[in-house]
Amino acid sequence: MFLLRRLASGALAILGVSILTFLLLHMVPGDPVDHLAGGEATVEQRQKIEKCMGLDKSLPAQFITFLGHIVDGTLGHQCPDPKGKPTVAARIFAALPHTALLAVAGMIVAILFALPLGIIAAIRRGSWVDTLATTTALSGIAIPQMMFAPLLVLVFFATLAWFPGPTETGFAALVLPAFAVGTHLMAMLARMTRSSLAEVLGEDYVRTARAKGLPEGRVILVHALRNALLPVITIIGLQFGSLLSGAIIVENVFSRPGLGSTLLSAILERNYPVVQGTVLVIATIYVLVNILVDVAYGFVDPRIRHQ
Amino acid sequence: MKLSPSAKVGGVMLGVFVLAGLLGPLIAPYDMSVVHDTTKEAFQGSSGTHWFGTDSNGRDTLSQLLWGARKALVLSVIVVAISSTIGLTVGTVAGWFRGWVDEVLMRLVDILMSFPGILLNIAIVAVVAKPGLGVIVLALCANGWVGYARVARGQVLALRERDYVTAAVSLGASNRRVMWRHLLPNLMGPAIVQMTFGFGGVILVEAALAFLGLGPQLDYTWGAMLDQARQLIFLTDWVVTYTLVPGVAIMWVVLGANLLGDGLRDYLDPRQRGRG
Repeated sequence: MFLLRRLASGALAILGVSILTFLLLHMVPGDPVDHLAGGEATVEQRQKIEKCMGLDKSLPAQFITFLGHIVDGTLGHQCPDPKGKPTVAARIFAALPHTALLAVAGMIVAILFALPLGIIAAIRRGSWVDTLATTTALSGIAIPQMMFAPLLVLVFFATLAWFPGPTETGFAALVLPAFAVGTHLMAMLARMTRSSLAEVLGEDYVRTARAKGLPEGRVILVHALRNALLPVITIIGLQFGSLLSGAIIVENVFSRPGLGSTLLSAILERNYPVVQGTVLVIATIYVLVNILVDVAYGFVDPRIRHQ
Repeated sequence: MKLSPSAKVGGVMLGVFVLAGLLGPLIAPYDMSVVHDTTKEAFQGSSGTHWFGTDSNGRDTLSQLLWGARKALVLSVIVVAISSTIGLTVGTVAGWFRGWVDEVLMRLVDILMSFPGILLNIAIVAVVAKPGLGVIVLALCANGWVGYARVARGQVLALRERDYVTAAVSLGASNRRVMWRHLLPNLMGPAIVQMTFGFGGVILVEAALAFLGLGPQLDYTWGAMLDQARQLIFLTDWVVTYTLVPGVAIMWVVLGANLLGDGLRDYLDPRQRGRG
């Protein structure tokens, strides 16, 4: 029941996102055809663009075509010039694995650094480790990726040459972008782990576990952490969006292929169907990840399912 | 209870930003409109005459920083004012009337929240034919009001059960009077917390859009400075300063806003102290 309700609300959100993405082209001031064709376009050129984008049909008809393209999985064809180009979906799904890899790598970096930092800070509250962890977390939240990503390139590629720089491929070339993408999430997770674990450590069952004479490591890692991680999982889901939108900036800095660079180059080409498609795909991924997190949460904490 | 020290630090940091925004163009050592001889004056390092050096056009970096503060301040005040007005109205109406009004408005909020981070802002800026400052404001407000709406609705749902609200309704107060006189004033605390966070958010998103080369190509905004730095990243020595100056400025405002926002939230609701 819980699962079904969550899926239904997710489907509703995705439908809403598709409507909004569709309307985006029609709501905004100015004619997209003007934007595309430029000032001196002939009538034929304008008609060609209108026909390619389906703008010559009525709004409801356009929306049905748009939904049709979602259902058949092509997301339509590229405009202004579709000849010899893959469908919108094909172009987007060619880029998708690159961004997925980057986002997952960023998430791994975030979790690897955030959990130890948060745990140590919670255990040694008020110590210098705590101060260090809290300061790192605050800076990580505030640091703009537009500064952090270029600085990583300047320090670890241009100066120290420890890691490959922009445009390079391979595993080592993933390290700097992963750090750039994951820093924000790392900061949020470290903060959450610290406050959540600190709270749990004051609970009765933790005192019981200690009273039983369990070793401290076991008390913290098994009894306390398991409960403390629940809010942390939620943050991972909510902040997954920060990985996706961070990827747009990081892919730009490191000249990596992916959804972000596809979106940006589509904007430059004024290839509106691709812009629409990419926005739709990124938002859908985000909604799906959040459903997944909710479901996982329900499994870890059965109380949620009965709400 | 008193405001925590970190909140005061945050307040001072935001205060410095506001001062820089107000006075910046007046105290900036160089005029931005002067055209420079780029062969001699571009890409200078730090010196007595140019503390942070100059850019590719030979313009003083410190002066750009100060002019950028003005732009950032103006933009964030406009966006926060518009977003909070829309958001607080929507949230109050949704929470007070409940029923289908609430259902419709909150579904809209859910949909806007399904776009992660700056995606919706990028999408709006990308499709508008003539980008100007208004487009940036539109793009930032399009989903900026959502946070305020959620805060206001949550508060109103709690406030509507209070005795004084029941009393006002019993005395025949109109819906409009209840919302204006009894609900809005009492949710201003959390709303101000949200506005404080909003300041940092607006500046970050605006800089990200400029950095990606989207939207109006406004001169000497912090985002535009970062964009220039990224394009010339091969000039290693120069670019370090030119990245750090606007980057640290953005970080300063975001950090100040977060510290003050956290502090104000604890101050208004001590039960939340020390939580995430």
